[in-house]
Amino acid sequence: MTEKETLLEVKDLHTYLYLEQGVSKALNGITFDIKKGETLGVVGESGCGKSMTALSIMQLVPDPPGKIASGEIRFQGENLLEKNKREMREIRGSRIAMIFQEPMTSLNPVMTVGKQIEETIRIHESVSKAEAKKRAIEMLKLVKIPEPEQRYYEYPHQLSGGMRQRVMIAIALACHPDLLICDEPTTALDVTVQAQILKLIAELQKKTGMSVMLITHDLGVISQVAERIIIMYAGRIVEYGTRQSVFTNPLHPYTEALLKSVPRLSDEDGKELYMIKGMVPDLTKEQRGCLFAERCPYAEKRCFEEEPKLYDTGSGRVCCHRYGKRGNDK
Amino acid sequence: MKVEELSKYFPLKKFDENRQRLYVKAVDNVSFSVHEGETLGIVGESGCGKSTLGRTMIRLQEPTNGHIYFQGEDITGLKERQMRRIRKKVQIMFQDPYASLDPRMTVGDIIAEPIDIQKMYPDKKQRLARILELMELCGLNKEYITRYPHEFSGGQRQRIGIARALSVNPKLIICDEPVSALDVSIQSQIINLLIDLKKSLNLSLVFISHDLSVVKHIADRVVVMYLGRIMEIGTKKEIFENPQHPYTQALLSSIPVIGENSFETMQVLEGELPSPVNPPPCCPFHTRCPKAVPECAKMIQPLRNLGDGHMVSCWKAK
Repeated sequence: MTEKETLLEVKDLHTYLYLEQGVSKALNGITFDIKKGETLGVVGESGCGKSMTALSIMQLVPDPPGKIASGEIRFQGENLLEKNKREMREIRGSRIAMIFQEPMTSLNPVMTVGKQIEETIRIHESVSKAEAKKRAIEMLKLVKIPEPEQRYYEYPHQLSGGMRQRVMIAIALACHPDLLICDEPTTALDVTVQAQILKLIAELQKKTGMSVMLITHDLGVISQVAERIIIMYAGRIVEYGTRQSVFTNPLHPYTEALLKSVPRLSDEDGKELYMIKGMVPDLTKEQRGCLFAERCPYAEKRCFEEEPKLYDTGSGRVCCHRYGKRGNDK
Repeated sequence: MKVEELSKYFPLKKFDENRQRLYVKAVDNVSFSVHEGETLGIVGESGCGKSTLGRTMIRLQEPTNGHIYFQGEDITGLKERQMRRIRKKVQIMFQDPYASLDPRMTVGDIIAEPIDIQKMYPDKKQRLARILELMELCGLNKEYITRYPHEFSGGQRQRIGIARALSVNPKLIICDEPVSALDVSIQSQIINLLIDLKKSLNLSLVFISHDLSVVKHIADRVVVMYLGRIMEIGTKKEIFENPQHPYTQALLSSIPVIGENSFETMQVLEGELPSPVNPPPCCPFHTRCPKAVPECAKMIQPLRNLGDGHMVSCWKAK
């Protein structure tokens, strides 16, 4: 495999939420990168920090209560955390774009969809109104909305969920971003529509060569589209690797447990689902050791006391004492 | 429980060109039965009428047409007071564990509410003993009895919902998307709990879900719905291994499978779900069906038995 150029690099990022109950370490030192043209999948359960990662990259973390405490986000060589608000605004929407889970709440209900696409184009590029309109219709065509000339004049409420998500994608891609962040893009959609949207994103990626960061809780979706996968748990990355390695040879007990607890169509009859005991830890409390230790079937004394380091696995990284113990400790 | 030609239409404030009132045909002429001790899965995409069907079955919504039988008795026309007797035997639990529990009641009172309505345990000690028994059965810590719902996570709230449904010793529980709002690790806990309870208490379940892999895990027989109509009914084995209706086939093929790169070969349905106000005539699926021929829009297709209770409403199925 030839090393692809790195597009985005996140180093030791900490994002904290300052809440009444205390400081919640929503992101507790995460490090990863996205290569040019690849699809990176981010999986985890609710509250694990996957959306917070996306918001941190976009610097849209709600403040208060959220703040990026430390770390580095390098996008095409520039540290985004050193940018001021105006510079960030120029990057958002033109070089990094994002689509959200619920298309209805992210679209403006009192503006036609055509105008919303135009708005993005006209904010970032100096083009005439006529030119912007032409491009907006082209974008609608690109995301395969039938009758784009008529749809241009319609409002979001006149469209179905799948169509709205297509409009979101059209807005996101209007300025040809280098990175598209999709936060649970198909969670609110039905399976048949989900398949349509995933296929569309994959096609557009091929066409434009952009990188995609896909955030989801659905392991099935991730295994279809992502080349590399990050598994997050309680604000940390517990495992990081290629699709192949994560799905066929999960190294972290959490990844293993997660894969075992998903009901699958291929399961034989009467098979009992694997259960992860307990619940996600409270992130506002002081944590010691491995955060998964309490729920981990392999946990030892050491796991509760000492925070595991990230071990290089060759194709990725894993954050677990057990991996180090198996003679991989260098 | 048996449902015969059940329909539920919601009237709209709109009229068509002939000044006829328009209706949303949420459930349209549906017949099936739930056998004792079995789990019947009802699957379909959003808006196909599966939740309305569940609610209509226990008359939380009044059916427009058709009959509902429970243990041989027609419960369609029963008065509210008489229904109370039936509700002792048929319970329901809902999808959203946040909206379905009264935030101002303690967990104990929530679980005991059906018991209190039915006046089953007038003795306070017995009532308390029953609550504690139910909490243990559903994996809830007994100390939580005086707590309020906001102190619980989604999975625990769903356990409270299950305990409440079980409190009156029902024969049948209708579960409306009980695990859709939960994370995978919690989802598997709840599914396993339901399977265990069903076995130990000899319950019948109607399990409504949009997630086919979950339904495959829990159901004995499956009903596939599309736009208010039944497309296919069959045993789990028949539906998943030998689906006959093109819609069932498309639905199964659109599920992303872990480890298999079926994405490229996935059979992606074209188009969108038509409006349930004016569903396509005859076979409602013909507008998106890859195998449709002009006849599909002209002939009404009743459910046909292919043998062993495997019923399909597509005339091409063999």
